Amino acid sequence: MLASLIIVFREVFEAGLIVGIVLAATRGIARRGGFVTGGIAAGVIGSGILAAFAGALSEALAGRGQEVFTAGILILAVVMLGWHNLWMASHGREIAREMKAMGHAVAAGDKPLFAMAVVVAVAVLREGAEVVLFLYGIAISSNAGWPILLAGGLAGVALGTLISFLLYRGLVAIPVARMFSVTSWLIALVAAGMAGQAAATLASADLIPSWGYEIWDSSWLLREDSIMGRALHALVGYADRPMGVQLAAFLAVLGALIIGGHLISGSQPHRSSSQTAS
Amino acid sequence: MKGAVRYSIRATWMAGFACLLLITAATTRAAEPITLSIKDHRFTPTEVTVPAGERFRIEVQNQDTTPAEFESSDLRVEKIIVPGGKITVMAGPLKPGTYKFFDDYHPDTATGAITAVEQKTEK
Repeated sequence: MLASLIIVFREVFEAGLIVGIVLAATRGIARRGGFVTGGIAAGVIGSGILAAFAGALSEALAGRGQEVFTAGILILAVVMLGWHNLWMASHGREIAREMKAMGHAVAAGDKPLFAMAVVVAVAVLREGAEVVLFLYGIAISSNAGWPILLAGGLAGVALGTLISFLLYRGLVAIPVARMFSVTSWLIALVAAGMAGQAAATLASADLIPSWGYEIWDSSWLLREDSIMGRALHALVGYADRPMGVQLAAFLAVLGALIIGGHLISGSQPHRSSSQTAS
Repeated sequence: MKGAVRYSIRATWMAGFACLLLITAATTRAAEPITLSIKDHRFTPTEVTVPAGERFRIEVQNQDTTPAEFESSDLRVEKIIVPGGKITVMAGPLKPGTYKFFDDYHPDTATGAITAVEQKTEK
């Protein structure tokens, strides 16, 4: 029971961290609940479909289907996160101001919410397919203890959700004005980490050069497969033995989002000339 | 891939013997992948030795009726194997040492290790 709890918990926790950050980053935008719920639902349904076709995917593209698919959805999430961050750089201040003034959620376009729904769906899909296959394995095995294992799995889902919720509560406790800069940093790091993972996935399948298989080894300090290591892996792309190309992708995306965000938000006061500079 | 094909064609041409062709083909293939199988949630073999500093391929066949996930944080691989399915992953180059792998869905029973040894010490 404990083993199945831990396996499921790990996956739900990793996806939940992303969902928690997305929820915090979209705080104050009306109708975000529907989009995030939709993203989770799409991710869960997608996980079922992905699990059903796992065999076919594995054999696709000369045995590299899983890697190409994983890298593909990660890159999609990076694009969506990046786009959201740049959008927030130009609208975040306005939203924070209106939220403070009106005391309730601000209506914004559907596009940034849709982007975040895609990110949520990708996060759930990545981890979800593994959970579905694991639970499926329990269900079809002749193991007499399967109800206990299944209960462990469900407890893992609940525990993972709880931890993600606590993270979200922690983030929204930050004052609104500060929170957007915190979440935009977090989103930039998540995006950079995902870009690094996408690059590492492609390099490990020999599809792109690795630029060095092990730039450093910090596994003595923090193992990537420990709970803390996994959390940092999901949040900031921590790798205990990163590849060169992984590091390059990480830095490129992080740099682009930080510089891009500064350029956009720096040009804001000129654009919104009617408002007094804060 | 192409290089290997070209190499074996050239080797054949130079050798000129059908039997030699078979030996060449067999050795190039044998030098490449490490083959593992999972049955009753256990790996066979559980201990494998590879030369250090070289990239290599691992083929894992799942002979069980339930899914497995071949995983190793030491080797940085993680791949789902459906019942009756087979996957290939690339790993290395490794420093000399022992690298554990396991089936993430059955970590209690399905474990094994790859040992990387200095190439000169191998025959």
